[in-house]
Amino acid sequence: MSLRADLELISEWITPGSRTLDLGCGDGSLLAHLRDQRQVNGYGLELDVKHVTAGIRRGVKVIHTDLNAGLADFDVDSFDYVVMTQALQMVRHPDKLLDEMLRIGKEGIVTFPNFGYWKCRLAVARGQMPVTPGLPNHWYNTDNIHLCTVRDFENLCAQKGIKILRRVVLDSNHQADLRAKTLPNLFGEIALYHFSR
Amino acid sequence: MLNFGAYGCANAEHVGYNAGMTNYPADSVGLVAPQAANFNEPFTLESGIQLPGFELVYETYGELNADGSNAILVCHALTGTHHAAGYHEGSDKPGWWETCIGPGKPIDTNRFFVVSPNNIGGCGGSTGPLSVNPATGKAWGPEFPIVTVKDWVHSQARLMAHLNISQWAAVVGGSLGGMTVLQWAIDLPDKLRHAAIIAAAPKLSAQNIAFNEVARTAIRSDPAFCDGHYREQGSKPQQGLAIARMLGHITYLSDDSMGKKFGRDLRDGKLSFGFDVDFEVESYLRYQGSRFVDRFDANSYLLLTRTLDYFDPAREYGDDLAAACRRIQARCFVASFNKDWRFSSKRSRELVKALLDADRDVSYIDFESRVGHDDFLLNIPQYLESFNAWMEGVR
Repeated sequence: MSLRADLELISEWITPGSRTLDLGCGDGSLLAHLRDQRQVNGYGLELDVKHVTAGIRRGVKVIHTDLNAGLADFDVDSFDYVVMTQALQMVRHPDKLLDEMLRIGKEGIVTFPNFGYWKCRLAVARGQMPVTPGLPNHWYNTDNIHLCTVRDFENLCAQKGIKILRRVVLDSNHQADLRAKTLPNLFGEIALYHFSR
Repeated sequence: MLNFGAYGCANAEHVGYNAGMTNYPADSVGLVAPQAANFNEPFTLESGIQLPGFELVYETYGELNADGSNAILVCHALTGTHHAAGYHEGSDKPGWWETCIGPGKPIDTNRFFVVSPNNIGGCGGSTGPLSVNPATGKAWGPEFPIVTVKDWVHSQARLMAHLNISQWAAVVGGSLGGMTVLQWAIDLPDKLRHAAIIAAAPKLSAQNIAFNEVARTAIRSDPAFCDGHYREQGSKPQQGLAIARMLGHITYLSDDSMGKKFGRDLRDGKLSFGFDVDFEVESYLRYQGSRFVDRFDANSYLLLTRTLDYFDPAREYGDDLAAACRRIQARCFVASFNKDWRFSSKRSRELVKALLDADRDVSYIDFESRVGHDDFLLNIPQYLESFNAWMEGVR
C-alpha cells in the first residue's frame, strides 16, 4: 500500500496499539494503514459524505462530522493521539481546535502547507497568491482560510504553552532534505508537528 | 366523512405494475409469500405477563448458505409488516423496503438470506390483539398485553433458532426498526455481527411521547372505540384511527418537504369559507388517514405507540447509554437524515457518542434529506451508496 509521504512519517510517530482520532480523515487511508501496520484502534471524522463512504468501504470507522461544529461529543483524554492532516488551514478556529485536540487527546499531530515556503513568498513578492503543488487552488476556490507559516505555528504553540515534541518539514518532493532542515520556514513545503501539553 | 385525495403513499415512488404481474423488475426478489412459525412454549413478557405461546408471520428472501452464516434480520417500523420486499401474488405494490432489499441492492439477496418477521402486538399476522386468546376463545382485543422492543427481540430469537441460525450476519432496520436493532445488539450481543440503526433514536423525547399521546387520545375518545371492544360491537373507531395516522404523517415529512409538496395550493382554486378540504395538504392527510383505517387495527396502534414510548435500553444500565452500549459486540452503522424532525440527527448523534464512549465499532452518516423521517424508505442515491458500502463489509 502506498501512502502519502507525510502520512507514512506520521504513522511512525504513533505507538502501535494506541487509540487514535483522525480529524478530517478523508478517504480513511491513514487510518487503514495504522490499523493494518500498527494495530491502531482509530476513528475518523470527516465532513464529505463521499469520503466517509470511501472510508467505510476500507473498513475504517468514520463519523460524519463538521469539525467547525466542535468536538464537544468527545470526553477529556479519550484518545492517545489526535491527528489532523492538511486541514488546520481550512477550519474556522484553528487555535481553538488545537486546544480541543489536546483536551480529547494526550498528544496531537498536525500537518499543514507552510506558507513561508519560498515559492509562496516569491508569488506574494510578485503580488499574487501562490498556486503551488502544495496549494493547487486559486484564492477564489480554495478551502484554505487560515494559511500560516512554520514560524506562525510555533509562535501560536508557544503562546498556548503547547510543547512541540517533533517537527519535520518536507520539501516539494516530500523529502526531509538538508536545506529544509536548516531553513524550514523557507524550504519546507509541508510541515509536520507532534505536540502535547 | 373523510375525503379521498389523489395522493399515493408518501413513500411510494415505485413504478406501478399491473395486478397479476409476472415480469418483476430484475432487481426485485419477485414473487414472495409469507410463512408462519408457531412457538408453543410460554413466553414471559417484560411486563411479567405470560403469553401461552405466539405465532410469528415472516418472509424470507435469498438462500441460507451451508454454514448458516449469511442471515440478515430486517426489523420493521411502527406500522410495518413482514412484507419488506418483492410482490405478493396478484399485487403490484412491492414490500416496504424494496429500495434496499433485492439482488444487487444494499441488502443483497444474491449474498444474503433475509428474514423479515412481523412484530407481535401488531396486526400484520403475528400474534396480537386480533389473535384468539386461548384462555377465552375470543380475540384478545384491548386485553392483549403491552409488549416492549425487548419482547420483540426475544420473540425473534425464537424464530432465529427455528430457522437454525446461530448468529445473524446483520440486524438492520429504520425508525422503530432501528431501535429494535439497537435492543438486539445490547440484549443478545453475541447473536449478531453487524447492526444498522437508521433514522432511529436511543429513546423517545417528551415531544415524541406527546404526539403519541394525542394519537391515542384521538382513538380512545372516538365513540366507536367502545373501550377497545369495537369488534364485538360491530363498530370501528375510524375517525380516531385516521386522526392518529394524520398526526403521524405530519411528523414523517419535514416542514420543507411538506411546503414543496403542497405549499398552500388550493384544491378548487378558491377558498370555500368552510371546513371542507380547501388545501391540498388537508386532502393528503385525509387520504393517508382513511387508507390506514382499512389496514390497521386501533388496539394495535395504541399498543405499538406505547411500545415506542417505553423503549429506553439505557434504563436498565442506570440511564447510562454508554454503559448499555458497552455490551455491544456488533459493528454498528448509524444513519440519520438531516431534516427528519421525528427522530432528528441529534438523536442519532447521542447514540453515536455513547458508542464512541464505549469504544465500539461505529460509523455514522447524516444524509441530505429529501422528505424527512420517511427518507429511510426512499431511493436516495447517496444513502443507498453509503449503506451499500457498509453492507459490503458484512460477512
